[in-house]
Amino acid sequence: MVSKLQAPLTVAAYKSDVHNDWCPGCGDFGILQAVQQCCAELALPPWETMVFAGIGCSGKVFNYMSTHGVHTLHGRVLPFAVGAKLANPDLEVVAVGGDGDGYGIGAGHFVHAGRRNVDMAYIVMTNEVYGLTKGQAAPTLGRGQQTKSLPQPNTNDAIQPLALALSSGYTWIGRSYAFDGKHLKEMIKKAIDHKGMALLDVLQPCPTFNDIHTAEWFNKKVKGPGENVMLPRIFNINEAGHDGSVKDPTNFDEVADKQRKAFEMAYYYGDRAPVGLFYEIKLPTYVERMQAQAPLLKKYAPARVPYEDASHLPTTDLSKSYEEFLF
Amino acid sequence: MKVVNEVNWMIGGPQGTGVDSSANLFSQACATAGLWIFGKREYHSNIKGKHSYFQVRVSDKPIHSHVDDVHILATFEDSTARLHAHEVVKGGALIYDPTKIMLDDLDLKSGIITLPIDFNTTLRHVAEVTGEEYGKLAIIKNTIAVSASMALLRMDISLMEETLTRIYTGKKAKFVGLNMAAVKKAYEAVDALPDELHAQFPYHLEPKKNTPKRLLINGAQANSLGKLKAGCRYQSYYPISPATDESNYLESHPEYGIAVVQCEDEIAAIDMALGAATTGVRASTATSGPGFCLMAEGLGWGGMNEVPIVLFDYQRGGPSTGLPTRHEQGDLMFAAFGGHGEYPRLVMAPSTIDDHFHLAFESFNYADKFQTPVIILNDKFLTHSLETIPPFKEDHLVIDRGRLATPQELETAIADGKGFPRFRPDAKTVVSPRPYPGQEGSPYWMTGDEHDDYGHITENPETRMKMHEKRMSKYKLMLEQIPEDRQFSLHGDPNADITLVCWGTTYGVLEDALPVLKEKGIKANFLHLRMLVPFPIATEKILKKAKKLVIVENNFGTQLGHLIRMATGIFISSQVVKYTGRPMSLDEIVSSVEKLSKKEIKPEMDPLTGQSIEKVVLTYGL
Ligand SMILES: Cc1ncc(C[n+]2csc(CCOP(=O)(O)OP(=O)(O)O)c2C)c(N)n1
Ligand code: SF4
Ligand SMILES: [Mg+2]
Repeated sequence: MVSKLQAPLTVAAYKSDVHNDWCPGCGDFGILQAVQQCCAELALPPWETMVFAGIGCSGKVFNYMSTHGVHTLHGRVLPFAVGAKLANPDLEVVAVGGDGDGYGIGAGHFVHAGRRNVDMAYIVMTNEVYGLTKGQAAPTLGRGQQTKSLPQPNTNDAIQPLALALSSGYTWIGRSYAFDGKHLKEMIKKAIDHKGMALLDVLQPCPTFNDIHTAEWFNKKVKGPGENVMLPRIFNINEAGHDGSVKDPTNFDEVADKQRKAFEMAYYYGDRAPVGLFYEIKLPTYVERMQAQAPLLKKYAPARVPYEDASHLPTTDLSKSYEEFLF
Repeated sequence: MKVVNEVNWMIGGPQGTGVDSSANLFSQACATAGLWIFGKREYHSNIKGKHSYFQVRVSDKPIHSHVDDVHILATFEDSTARLHAHEVVKGGALIYDPTKIMLDDLDLKSGIITLPIDFNTTLRHVAEVTGEEYGKLAIIKNTIAVSASMALLRMDISLMEETLTRIYTGKKAKFVGLNMAAVKKAYEAVDALPDELHAQFPYHLEPKKNTPKRLLINGAQANSLGKLKAGCRYQSYYPISPATDESNYLESHPEYGIAVVQCEDEIAAIDMALGAATTGVRASTATSGPGFCLMAEGLGWGGMNEVPIVLFDYQRGGPSTGLPTRHEQGDLMFAAFGGHGEYPRLVMAPSTIDDHFHLAFESFNYADKFQTPVIILNDKFLTHSLETIPPFKEDHLVIDRGRLATPQELETAIADGKGFPRFRPDAKTVVSPRPYPGQEGSPYWMTGDEHDDYGHITENPETRMKMHEKRMSKYKLMLEQIPEDRQFSLHGDPNADITLVCWGTTYGVLEDALPVLKEKGIKANFLHLRMLVPFPIATEKILKKAKKLVIVENNFGTQLGHLIRMATGIFISSQVVKYTGRPMSLDEIVSSVEKLSKKEIKPEMDPLTGQSIEKVVLTYGL
């Protein structure tokens, strides 16, 4: 076998040679590149890494990575990824998908993934449209807005994903911007490193269908609420003083305070777009909870529990269980 | 005339008042005595209050079905007596509470022994002699009803003590004394009956010595144990009757190291199991009709990505929420055809409670061998039926994980640097080698889109054909590689005049019916299909040779009948069906076959096919 050390884990080691068919200028390019850089910096062995993706333009990330890449079903990326992580917690599992995928059709899974706190990063590409089906309104598009292919202005209000994540129990909540490579890469790294369920919402220009929130729009200087000077639209809330990290998860007051502030930040009402780490807390992961209930799982991942011998005879001894039924 | 060790006992009462525990107590006492039992449970989709009942048939020899005639009806409130009194045979007995019901109000046959027990007074007595609070004793009514039955059947009181001691152990051991006080009181009440009444009651139970050890077990438990034995270590599910019992059982046994995850819905349940299966764990989900419908998209993904996964569908009355706690064989067509597009699936159904264990075990081998979803059609009937069966045979069990990637193949993949050719058809085995994530050289891609050898999306027509043909040819592999005796079985005289055709859990009642029919001069045999999709075409010669075919199914339209017609062109126009939500009894099968053989059934038009059919519709049971 080729030794792991013989294959240097450079960025190139995470790129597949599949032709990329995103539209020129699509924000997804930035996200893909940042994911590949993170993998290299974290030296994740591709054979131990599984990238699960939803269905949409965003979902194609699965095929452009040279790790295990799993293109799931529309809205179902989280259940697939969670199943894999629980079955073998030794694997590095990353989930990616579109905003329609995660916050629309998959909203139920989105909420419940928070409650479980499985140790994985979930990266959502928020372009406010259903890219792959030609630009219908995603659940993140504001009411009254009419992106290019909408026959009428949007009739629904937008959901606020970071607030939804907060009330669902996500233990790491952040946002970044597809074309801020440096910040994006750092945030993805932190999300992967976080022990628990991390949501990274990425603002992603879709030059083809979202003619309102374009890269130019994001690059504009604007005034924020109560601000007199023109400042970059995208601003880093952590640099501006927001500290969302809970130091003591058992301190109710601190948790409540940090949650309140994260909530306020998520609903930032001005013309500027806040990015950064909104909230973070350390809580037992689902695997830890599972192991507490089934101690054998501390010794073995479910995928590694022995069940057969060398000649393939089953080794599970049921005799203790039979006792209850034997007469 | 004395009738020894042939009795059908019934207990009923409002849900949540201990009907199940009484039936368990009665069954365990009979099993302790070395007798064989078959117990059938009926209940409403309700938590407290609605009528439920449990029927336990006891015999000298193994039995696999229930009968209609009731020999002892044990009741402790009015509704059960009212609803079931007419089922008690002449010479049978009714145990009832005279403070709750007037015998005149009941539809009782003549010649039935009635045993009045004032349950509240008895409980007060128990409270007095044990010092326990009267208010806490309501549940002991069950013990009184069971004990009075046992006394009538002339079982020794020591058997009750032995059984109670087995049930109440550890912290609960104090309940033995409490219950025994009630047992004694009930035995006294029966002893007080006049001798001539005792003499009139012909039904006796006598302990059988030297009965070998047996399991007293239901279908859900047998199924769970088969899964554990197979190495299933991941189960995701969403609660639904009657499937939940299995997940519950698995979760109560963390010592096996199985991860059991309760999901937000059935879509998540199947998709999590699929995600888990991609890592190499033997994974499954268990559900019932409504949940099964939600899993259709996920199953197709599993077919497209050649993921070994087992779905256990515990059928219940449909469509929609239907009859949530009642029995039906209604999901066969959906299992066979549900979902968009075409992909191979293996659909099988267990025949008996013992077979629940064996098929659950086998199903994981098949999923791995054919690398595709396997659907097992269980049902409410045997899931909740109790039976004494010989311990499961384990000697022959072998684990088969199918075509896994070899070290050489992984090395070649590393050298090629293109990823693992996970979907490249293997010239010999058709199915492709499967690496597990974590193995160096393992990375490959999976997608519900059509894909090439590596899992890259493609819409190339040639690749599409190659991959589609590869997947669909698994049906051929299944037919070739699953041994014929696992696909179907023929029971009884091969040259019989009537061949009954069935699938799933009607096996037991037909097995019990053959000797009864024989006694009545009817030469019948039965063909049981255990494998349903792909259609076990080797049955064709049996079907063609049969003198008269009768299809027996717990549904309206004979779903297996349609599959048979599709595969062989044979249309079975003689039909015995039941769609009341209740399983078929031995009496019903015997009388319907008698009617068909005497040509007593008028032909009618089948609304599903427009064909002329002779159809017996069974209706018995509350
Ligand atoms: C069950 C189901 N319904 C609908 C579709 C069609 N569909 C494919 S992608 C998509 C929307 C994708 O939008 P989003 O998740 O925001 O991803 P984007 O393309 O914007 O990256 C839809 C509706 C599907 N594949 N499956
Ligand atoms: S449609 Fe939008 S999201 Fe999809 S590839 Fe094109 S630019 Fe990107
Ligand atoms: Mg989108």
